[in-house]
Parts: sequence; structure tokens; C-alpha cells
Amino acid sequence: MTTPIIKSPYLSAHPYPGKLIIVEGIDGSGKSTQLSLMRKWLDSQGYNVFYTEWNSSALVKETTRRGKKTKLLTPMTFSLLHATDFANRLYHQILPPLKAGMIVLADRYMYTAFARDAVRGVSPSWVRRLYSFAIKPDLAFYFRVPIEVSLSRLLEGTRAELKYYEAGMDLGLSPNLVESFKIFQSRTMAEYDKIVDEFGLTVMDATLEIDEQQEQVRDIVSKALATYKPKRGTHVKREALFWRRFTLPESERAQGEADRA
Amino acid sequence: MQGYGVLTTGWTRSELMSKTIASAKQGNILDPWSHSLLYATDFADRLEHQIIPALRSGFVVLADRYIYTAFVRNTVRGCDRQWIHDVFGFAVVPDLVCYLRIDVDTLALRVIESKGMTYWESGMDMRLGADLYDSFKKYQGLIIEEFDKVAEEFGFQVVDARRPPEEIQEALRARILPILKEGRTKRINKAAADKVAAEKGVTGKPALVAAEKSTEKIVEKAAMPAPAKEPATTG
Repeated sequence: MTTPIIKSPYLSAHPYPGKLIIVEGIDGSGKSTQLSLMRKWLDSQGYNVFYTEWNSSALVKETTRRGKKTKLLTPMTFSLLHATDFANRLYHQILPPLKAGMIVLADRYMYTAFARDAVRGVSPSWVRRLYSFAIKPDLAFYFRVPIEVSLSRLLEGTRAELKYYEAGMDLGLSPNLVESFKIFQSRTMAEYDKIVDEFGLTVMDATLEIDEQQEQVRDIVSKALATYKPKRGTHVKREALFWRRFTLPESERAQGEADRA
Repeated sequence: MQGYGVLTTGWTRSELMSKTIASAKQGNILDPWSHSLLYATDFADRLEHQIIPALRSGFVVLADRYIYTAFVRNTVRGCDRQWIHDVFGFAVVPDLVCYLRIDVDTLALRVIESKGMTYWESGMDMRLGADLYDSFKKYQGLIIEEFDKVAEEFGFQVVDARRPPEEIQEALRARILPILKEGRTKRINKAAADKVAAEKGVTGKPALVAAEKSTEKIVEKAAMPAPAKEPATTG
């Protein structure tokens, strides 16, 4: 579809004092790993961080599960269910902390719908209008990774299997799960590439080592938070952190050595 | 006893969503967007699994409430009018929309005389009044006001719902029969159906008749507004 995309509210910055940071990428790109590392790091820096995940609201999740089990879902109902879940989380989980001036991290955002629904044949401009109540994130990472890498991560990881919808089996692309995954995720990637340009997502090389990527993520996040004033309502003692930075800045390292001496 | 194949379908009655919506109504999750989107998902499920297959097979489809109910409820709750129109942009335009119009005073009496006012029918989520009755009057008043606008915009056939059921049935039949007669001579043809859908409000072959009304109460009074015979199950 070549219709020019209408300018939507979510193309301009939101007016709230908090910060919204989101990650996108195909399954197996490592985005969730990076987000959870970022979350721990932000915690350790004393920020109050909220976290929300795609398709996780109790009500809709149950319906999606039922729909998936009975294979009753069509591209349209699939798309609308995800939008329902998103609307519900936006209203209850994302907006309140943002308005209160806190940091919200989202594992997948509306761009997931833009990419997947387009692959399933839903009109891209309709999906964009569907999500026009959404707000634009302050920072959106896209973890780009070749299909072979994501596939080997999923097959060798703890899960060691591909899911029906993750492989796009509902599209009848191939009777073979792995083949279907490759075709479906390649098409999703192609959509993501368009979305990156359209919405200005920050592209990360997701083939790098976990710690290398995390270093880059933290640099970018630090810059984005440069003018941000954290807010907390409580002064609870922080949990003991097993988490450390990968490298200490030069000044701190020198200080540490001086302390130990 | 006219011999038409008929499929009836109703708001929130989809296989996928009916349970979900029922449990959503009991809970507290409903913000205006997910509220509307739950109904949109229900509608899409019925459209794809019931309405379109039935229309393709030449059935008459009777819909108890259609997308206009969502337009009205959404607008009354202060959401963007354009947004809800966009969301339901995939719908098939009905051949006929009968709007059973009633005034809010008669409506309140009817509802109290039958099963009583409920939380959602009274729009209690909008906090318009201290109790069910006050809230009901204000909420349904707003709904009727908005329905009147939508009726104008989309060319509904208005039927006075304050009359006795037999008279209402009479009035509905008088509007439905011409549409069916007109359609019967034509062959079902996807291209034609699509064209019809594109030109809003034009009558086509597979008749889709939607009934809209201010509240579910009236539905019972005038349910099945057609020469309905052998209500068929999902295709």
C-alpha cells in the first residue's frame, strides 16, 4: 500500500514529565534481555522504574490464549485484540507513572503491531489509525538481527522450540515450522526496516555480545535522561544489588583503587 | 413465512469475545479505548465468521446492534469521533438500519418495569449522577442525543419505539420487505457487494439489516424484526 501515512498524534513528543523507553525486534533478537539489564541498571541508579510487556493484560491474554488454542483468530481479530491489550496497559500501566514523572520501560510497543499486522495482510494505514491514541516513546530501540542468529538463539535457548504464531504458521507459508519462521520473520524484519525510517527508531546491532550491546544501550539511555529529574514517593532501602557496571569510568576506578590501598 | 434464509447476530455474542466482555464488565478494567476495542474485536469476529459468509451465501443477516452503537457510546465517553469511525472502517455497510427511537422518560419506566437498571446501562462508569436512576436518565439522554445525530448522518430508518410491539413489528416489516424484494432478483457477486460497501447506504443483494436502539430493553419488545424463518446457525 502506497497511501501516504497520515500524521498521527503519536508522531509528536508527549507532554508528561516521565520518560518512556521501549524495545522492539523480532523474536530471538535479545531485546528482552537488554531491557531487563537496562531495568536493573536504572534501578541501581536510584530511578523508579515501571515495566510493561506486550500482550500481558490479564483479560486479553486469556482471550488471546483461547483464540490461539482454537485457531479462531483471524488477522483482524488478532490485530484488534492486541490493540485492546495495548489500550488497557497504556491507560493503567503506562500513563499514570509517566504523568507522575517516572520511567516506564515497555517490551514491545505499537511498532510490533505495525510490523506483524502488515505481514498478516492488514492495511498498514488502518493499523496506524487504530493506534492513534498512543503516545510517542522518548526512546525506541530496534534490535536488528539476522534470522539465522535469532533462530539459533531460540532453538538453543531454554525454550528450545518455536511457537505456532511466532513462526507465523497461521499464514500457511510452509508446513515446516522452521521454514515458516524464516519466511514470516524475514517479512517482519522488512516491515521493521520501513518502520525504523518512518518513526526514527534507534537501531542496535543485536549480533554483538550482550555486554557490548548493553554498554551502548546505557550510553544512549544516559543521554536521553540527561535533563530528566527523577521522582520518588518512597524512600525504601534499595535491595542488595548483585548487579555491577561492566566497566567503571576512569575516575571511579582510580578512586576505588585509592580506597583499597 | 417468507422463505428467506436468515442469520441473526447480536452485539457481544461472538464465540471469541462474549466471555471476555462479560468478565470485563464485572471488573474494573474499562477505559474508553479498550472498552471500544473489545467491542470492535467482538464485531470483527462475528463479521468474519458469521456475517460475511452468510451474506455470500445469500442469507438475510439481522444484526441486533451494529457499529453505530460503538460510535455513540464512544463519543458520549468523550473519545475522538474520527478514531472510532476509523477503527470500524472494515465493517460492511448495512442495506438498512432501523433505529427504534424512544424518549428517555418512557425508557426509564420500561427498564424499571422489566429487569431493572444495571450499572452499565446507567453509565455509572461516567459518574453522571449519585444513584442509578439519576445516572441512567443523564446517560441515556446523552446516548439518545448522539444516536439522533448518527441517525441523521448515516440515514437510519426511524421507528417510534414507544408504540406497542405489534405496531413496531408492522413498521419494521414495511421497511424490510422492499429491500428483500429488490435484492432477490440480483445474483450475489462479490464485486457488486464490495461496490455497495464502498458507496455508503446503497442497497445491495445480500441484505444486512441492523437494528439500533437506545437500550437493550427495547430489543426484547421488538426482537427479530423480520419475516424470520428457520434462523440459521453460523456458516
